[in-house]
Amino acid sequence: MELRSNIPAGPIDKKWDKHRFDIKLVNPANKRKYSVIVVGSGLAGASASATMAELGYNVKCFCYQDSPRRAHSIAAQGGINAAKNYQNDGDSIHRLFYDTIKGGDFRSREENVYRLAQVSVDIIDQCAAQGVPFAREYGGLLANRSFGGAQVSRTFYARGQTGQQLLLGAYQALERQIGLGTVAMHERHEMLELVVIDGRARGIVVRDMVTGKIESHVADAVILATGGYGNVFYLATYAKGCNATAIWRAYKKGAAFANPCFTQIHPTCIPVTGDHQSKLTLMSESLRNDGRIWVPLAKGDRRAPDQIPEAERDYYLERKYPSYGNLAPRDIASRSAKMVCDEGRGVGETGLGVYLDFADAIKRLGEDAIRERYGNLFEMYERITDENPYKVPMRIYPASHYTMGGLWVDYNLMSTIPGLHVAGEANFSDHGANRLGASALMQGLADGYFILPYTIGNFLAQNKIDKIDTSHPAVKEAEQAVADRIKTFLAIKGKRTVDSFHRQLGQIMWEYCGMARNDAGLRKALQLIPALREEFWSNVVVLGENESFNQSLEKAGRVADFLELGELMCLDALERKESCGGHFREESQTSEGEALRDDANYAYVAAWEYAGEKKTPILNKEPLTFENVALAQRSYK
Amino acid sequence: MSGHGKAMKLTLHVWRQKNAATKGAFVTYDAPDISPDMSFLEMLDVVNERLILQGEDPISFDHDCREGICGTCGVVVNGQAHGPRGATTACQLHMRSFKDGDVLTIEPWRATAFPVIKDLAVNRKSLDRIIAAGGFISVPTGSAVDGNAVLVPKVKADLAMDAAACIGCGACVAACPNGSAMLFTAAKVSHLGLLPQGQPERSRRVLAMVATMDAEGFGTCTNHGECEAVCPKQIDLGFIARLNRDYLVASLTTRGQEKSSGGSG
Repeated sequence: MELRSNIPAGPIDKKWDKHRFDIKLVNPANKRKYSVIVVGSGLAGASASATMAELGYNVKCFCYQDSPRRAHSIAAQGGINAAKNYQNDGDSIHRLFYDTIKGGDFRSREENVYRLAQVSVDIIDQCAAQGVPFAREYGGLLANRSFGGAQVSRTFYARGQTGQQLLLGAYQALERQIGLGTVAMHERHEMLELVVIDGRARGIVVRDMVTGKIESHVADAVILATGGYGNVFYLATYAKGCNATAIWRAYKKGAAFANPCFTQIHPTCIPVTGDHQSKLTLMSESLRNDGRIWVPLAKGDRRAPDQIPEAERDYYLERKYPSYGNLAPRDIASRSAKMVCDEGRGVGETGLGVYLDFADAIKRLGEDAIRERYGNLFEMYERITDENPYKVPMRIYPASHYTMGGLWVDYNLMSTIPGLHVAGEANFSDHGANRLGASALMQGLADGYFILPYTIGNFLAQNKIDKIDTSHPAVKEAEQAVADRIKTFLAIKGKRTVDSFHRQLGQIMWEYCGMARNDAGLRKALQLIPALREEFWSNVVVLGENESFNQSLEKAGRVADFLELGELMCLDALERKESCGGHFREESQTSEGEALRDDANYAYVAAWEYAGEKKTPILNKEPLTFENVALAQRSYK
Repeated sequence: MSGHGKAMKLTLHVWRQKNAATKGAFVTYDAPDISPDMSFLEMLDVVNERLILQGEDPISFDHDCREGICGTCGVVVNGQAHGPRGATTACQLHMRSFKDGDVLTIEPWRATAFPVIKDLAVNRKSLDRIIAAGGFISVPTGSAVDGNAVLVPKVKADLAMDAAACIGCGACVAACPNGSAMLFTAAKVSHLGLLPQGQPERSRRVLAMVATMDAEGFGTCTNHGECEAVCPKQIDLGFIARLNRDYLVASLTTRGQEKSSGGSG
């Protein structure tokens, strides 16, 4: 497989401008002759659908939720970064670019990240014009806050519901187009197969989740904006329905999967309470602006937090990283929490937790100021834990939150299958080995509003695309494969529920491919996962029939794919013997326990190519070159 | 079972309905060994896992984020939309709100505009169609001015945010004796109508959204206030007054086609 990144020539700050001038345009009158399928209606999918429809393309958008407004972008709390420099504190496009590259531990593509920083400023303008109710200063100007991994204040926010408000902005733009008849919206439809004809992505097979009907849709280009795969860990901050099926089906049809082991474990989530736990809830990273993270100095100190005197507390992030303190990047904050818990200094019943304490901030600013900033987060915490964080410190622990890995894409966001484009968290492009806070919303909207609408046009204008319909043999074949797979699930009639398999897979992944990984553990996981998969295919029970609303059947398909993806993640983690960002190989650390990169051997994107059932996938490498930043050992000290 | 509370035993009367065309009925299930730390939906998960192993069809219910923001979940518990705890979605309702031996009656949202899909899951596309009618600001991508070019007073932005916090779950409709979607519609009309960016379309928006609300089979508002009482995001009833005022002004000042598309409000 050849990985052509199609990076335009020229200096980095001119590449996107040059590319936009060089790319082919589709004449306005011709745009309506082209059709585009968008799978997913989160920030990337909704913004791409709305924008392409505004341009005149025929758009079909699909989502598994009952409404496009419910995609999991909605749950992002803290904010969205943009290099506006409204605060006059030294921000610039170059600084946002640099922070993102460094935050990603030098494992992302410079050119993509630079473009992201460039369009970040347009996103804020667009969203403000749509009526997104961003936080404002008394003078009416947009307000900013700081976020992890940055020393400037560049994060725009709408209380603790920034993702919700940005998504509703994109959703409203999408609904406007639906009302105008330019987008056909298919809710409660799940993509189960990609249709590839003559080497090009030409359509999808979906299941109507209400009636069970298997339908096909064809188009001139397909965009996957289906989010990340962090639910492979079962317990995660993702919505329960988030899944990897769309990108996994595409992988099995020839799209390379890049850096699958790059997953983000978010440091500030509410700890697990019991075996019934179905998901983990994030507490926004913005809390780290005012909350101080600590554990007792002594091992096994079970005293109530207010009984532990100042001198017997270890504010370990402030101690280890004095210049960034509690705002150290996510991977570092998570790993540090794991380390203190492994030392036996964790708090709460399970010992898997650390304190996030607002006592000092309340003393300094008053309870009202804290309520104004974080009121809804404090309420959410109290609802879940029955504890009042204004009085006692929050308890937090890391949880699976984001996946930097995803389908490999070139500069145009096109995968290795021509015509198949990938946007948002589903692609791998911008965050390297670790994503900074408030950058996911930025990337989703950059891809959907400002990048894909250009690059899709270039693809359509350059390629002569034959007209086909759903009677094409390749479409029928894909439909048959979907129907057969569903029949198989229903016919197994085993003794274990789908969820029980998913939980067990999650435990394996968390144990061996979570916050710390090592050779022996990964090899063990690579034996456990195929064995679990085999049991799944012979002992899972899925009741009911295809021809009805059947939530067990939906889950079965998703878990079957996670059982394959989990193995690829472990394989990738085993192959990458360096530590970088969220990928911490215990064999590769500094004397102080920090991640130790190996740029000589691992400065590449690992793009895995499907080789067939029961065959080891093929590793392709896209070398990463850094011409505009100096490769450096990341330091937040 | 871990967790810091004592396990409870509950009795559930759950609405079971195969599909929209079939008549439904309540079926009784025991739910022993329920931890007070479970969320309401985790309690249903536990019941479902047991049902599956007994070869019985699990209870279908809509849910997704399980952190109170996506608006997917929603059931009526003992007559209350989203259950007994105020300002809380079903997924954020925890079993510590109940006690050992409680009997819970669990039903779907019931409204003409929300046909049942299966058991506790309903079809809420009618809410999307209200938004499609006018719940937006027409600003194609790329045509925006600088974010700070239009100043928005903080009080207005905050009030707009209060309205924009609506998660579109439909509890307001389920709780309304008339099955009205006024609180939902008013929240969007107010959010956009409060902002300077939303002024050019303010009249058209309210007329079109109200007309669609009526056409979708939602009832009229007769100021019961049940919607506000159950709203998990505490959307203020005052926004309905704001909609009514906008509607009246728009009806009197808009001419031609736009006006004739207006409903009764």
